[in-house]
Amino acid sequence: MSTLHLQIVTPEALAFQAEVSDVLVPGVEGELGILPQHVPFMTQILPGELRFHQQGKEIRFAVGGGFLEVRPDRVSVLTDMAMEAGEINEQEVLTEIAEAQEVIKANRLSKEELATLEDSLQRSLAKLRVKQRP
Amino acid sequence: MPNTRDIRRRIKSVKSTAQITKAMEMVAASKMRRAQQAATAGRPYGEVLNDVLVSLCDHIDEEAHPLLARRDVKKTLVLLLTSDKGLCGALNTHVLRDAALLDHQSTLFIALGRKGSAFLQRTGYRMIADFSLPDHPTSAQTKPISQLCLDQFLSGAVDRVTILYPKFINTLIQRPLHLQLLPITMERKSGETPSALASSTSSSRKALPDGEATGEYLFEPTVESVLDAILPYSFHFEVFQKILEERASEQSARMVAMKAATDNAKKLVKDLTLEYNKARQASITTELLEITTAQMVLN
Repeated sequence: MSTLHLQIVTPEALAFQAEVSDVLVPGVEGELGILPQHVPFMTQILPGELRFHQQGKEIRFAVGGGFLEVRPDRVSVLTDMAMEAGEINEQEVLTEIAEAQEVIKANRLSKEELATLEDSLQRSLAKLRVKQRP
Repeated sequence: MPNTRDIRRRIKSVKSTAQITKAMEMVAASKMRRAQQAATAGRPYGEVLNDVLVSLCDHIDEEAHPLLARRDVKKTLVLLLTSDKGLCGALNTHVLRDAALLDHQSTLFIALGRKGSAFLQRTGYRMIADFSLPDHPTSAQTKPISQLCLDQFLSGAVDRVTILYPKFINTLIQRPLHLQLLPITMERKSGETPSALASSTSSSRKALPDGEATGEYLFEPTVESVLDAILPYSFHFEVFQKILEERASEQSARMVAMKAATDNAKKLVKDLTLEYNKARQASITTELLEITTAQMVLN
């Protein structure tokens, strides 16, 4: 059976790189699944859950917004955040979310600061969703 | 012959200078480690991003997006990256020497770093903005700079945007580099900084049958929306990356310069100590001579 070469990169590091059998990503037009021999394809992705199977085992990642490029033999995910489900600390994420919502409610930020905060809030929410899924 | 007290005073002052340069060397060394780490951490991301753009451009033509369109170059905007502070060897001098070769009429500048903006004011170049950033800038802090470049390019005020900065090669070598940023060209990027990652991806691309590589390419939702998102994004990222590299270059150059200064000061202290001892001995000899002569006269 043919495989896909998946690489997930963030501005900080190469988060993941390996051969996988399929990839499920949160695209702008809804979740999409990619199997080997997919036509060349490109889209944007939203903060959410990225899943794939590596040797029959399902691995889940929380990812931020970014881009996805697909070629027949490989998938590149460019995103501003990538964290494996097991590494997420639920308590930490909950505090992050609470703090962010508090600051947004206080409404003292400039437009740029607010946009940055909204982005990081979306990322935290994505982490939480991935963590709380059974 | 200088007297011993003068020499002693000079030794003392050189020693305290050496102490200061030593301290500055240590500070620069620790900042350098952080700056180098920041500059190299983003490389894999940048390479994959470039790779994606390169393959993207095989499938769309130049006119598909304003950021790709080549125009007749009447005005060029140069983003000039220098350090805020001096004492970093010839780093800024090299960059500014390249800047001085540019044409006064057709070149506009955005300066980042006080050394660069001082140079532009002195030489009468046209500068539309100057920025100053902290030691370890975040992408949110550099975004206004790249946004200004984008706006200038898209409004038609300039037809080309380039960047002039000291490229970080290693701790000892930084070389000024002048690169085109806009319109975005793919050939240049694919050749830049080849690494293990880049070579592995390019070899996997070669393994593809030709027919598939040139086949159809799908975009979701549309070509325009994907390009609208990825092109400005990659531009912002690239500018951010270059700024990080400039910081790494600056700290490395400063560390090397301060190390050289410390070594020179130590050598100077050694030479001065030798001279001091010579002067001291000479004065003792004269004194002895005087005493002996006086005694001989008495006898």
